Amino acid sequence: MRNPLNPAVVGIKPSGIRKFFDIVHEMKDAISLGVGEPDFATPYHIREEGIYSLEKAKTHYTGNAGLPELRTEIANFLNRRYGLSYEPKSEILVTVGGSEAIDLAIRAMVCPGEEVIIPQPCYVSYEPCVILTQGVPVVIELQEKDEFRLTAEELRAAVTDKTKLLVLPFPNNPTGAIMTEEDLREIAEICVEKDIVVLSDEIYSELTYEQKHVSIASFPGMRERTIVINGFSKGHAMTGWRLGYACGPAEIIKQMTKIHQFAIMCAPTMSQYAAIEAMKNGDEDVAMMRDSYDKRRRFVVHELREMGLPCFEPYGAFYVFPCIREFGMTSEEFATRLLSEQKVAIVPGNAFGDCGEGFLRISYAYSLENLKRALDRLRAFITKLREEKNA
Amino acid sequence: MELAMRILESLDQNARLTAKELAVMLGEDEAKVAAEIRRLEEELVICGYPTLIDWDKTDKHQVTAMIEVKVTPQRGKGFDEIAERIYQFDEVEAVYLMSGGFDLTVMLRGSSLKSVAEFVSGKLAPMESVLSTATHFVLKKYKEHGIPLVTRQEDERMLITP
Repeated sequence: MRNPLNPAVVGIKPSGIRKFFDIVHEMKDAISLGVGEPDFATPYHIREEGIYSLEKAKTHYTGNAGLPELRTEIANFLNRRYGLSYEPKSEILVTVGGSEAIDLAIRAMVCPGEEVIIPQPCYVSYEPCVILTQGVPVVIELQEKDEFRLTAEELRAAVTDKTKLLVLPFPNNPTGAIMTEEDLREIAEICVEKDIVVLSDEIYSELTYEQKHVSIASFPGMRERTIVINGFSKGHAMTGWRLGYACGPAEIIKQMTKIHQFAIMCAPTMSQYAAIEAMKNGDEDVAMMRDSYDKRRRFVVHELREMGLPCFEPYGAFYVFPCIREFGMTSEEFATRLLSEQKVAIVPGNAFGDCGEGFLRISYAYSLENLKRALDRLRAFITKLREEKNA
Repeated sequence: MELAMRILESLDQNARLTAKELAVMLGEDEAKVAAEIRRLEEELVICGYPTLIDWDKTDKHQVTAMIEVKVTPQRGKGFDEIAERIYQFDEVEAVYLMSGGFDLTVMLRGSSLKSVAEFVSGKLAPMESVLSTATHFVLKKYKEHGIPLVTRQEDERMLITP
């Protein structure tokens, strides 16, 4: 039989830590600090709108780009929260999660051989999406000394004649890093100067602490060269509804909508109705959840530092990214032993790029009780490791 | 938000947080937080730290009643004096002054229907200012202090997700 497969797909390397993931998923009684989604259920008034939409038999397709009312509310939200302005009819596309929007944006823009700059550690999907379009991923290894922010020097060094797109994943999963207004200003200037388009993945934009999120699209000359990706999963605790969106110049959104139309048709209708409620009346819920994450963030950072695990203070998302290099083992070895000896599941930093080696991603999207229990076990584990080392 | 409010909102969710934990979680100095808690206690902003217990899941038998009470307010004292006379009884859990068709809601905890009935007929109804009472028994408590008592939401997330 002929080879039924596309070599481009086969060639995408599977996540290096899949083995670790498989072990974790078989361990039913482990406690986890490993999830990338909120512990909150979707606020009930939002769920209820989804239920009501079913009662009213809103069970059909919507227009490809999403319900007009939802797009209008998204535009209002982005304007009131980040000072961005997008035309609901032509510049906003509702997608199946932010992850679909990432895929669409890359497919709509990247031609074979064009380079896409991806700062790592980062979410896992950018690189494979670029490879599938036969683009060339150019990884920038972000540095702990910069608190995992992208610096202007790093960007300049990575830009070539073939650079088409910069992926800007902040607030960042897995590091919790954010880009300040000053950081972004420098990046924006380079993008304008070098004529680079930006895919700004702002899915965690509602979860920043001690300072408000700034979108790179709000800088001079950036709106016309930025696709902003956002969604409902993180801020509004709606992961399972699978709903996100992309905003940007009409000519790019139009082409993304074309792919979306053929591949997906439209985002789930029930989710779209629920999301209208989230946009209209969800700001207070988000503030409450943000406040709760913020307390846990401080608690976890404090506990890790008390244990003597170095970590910079993260101001975004719900992750802390401590360094475990002192133990002389890889992140995966550390995570695997921690799992088997203390039954705590934590994602090794290298799951998010090679430069995440030597780090762990600790999620604090858990109850305080769960955090305490898991961190106590982590403390016992590293105490033992230090004893072994000194023996 | 001022520190006192942040402390209160945190303790409202979880009264077991220590001053040290609160200080860490609020990014404040521990001594400052402890002093603020003391002040709030002294000023009776924080009046106590009870535990939310669903007694129905224990062997202890008790009933809760909600009693609507109509009273005659007293000159110069309004409803406060009669309310105080009622709330001093140990079995009284809560007393609220109400708007609408009656004046006071009295929440009562007793070991049996009979003990509640005895309280109402023997203590509450005979008070001079009390004009009438209507007693409703609580059959089941679903939610208190914002916390569902009946079911617990399990963490259904996968152990690890990117």
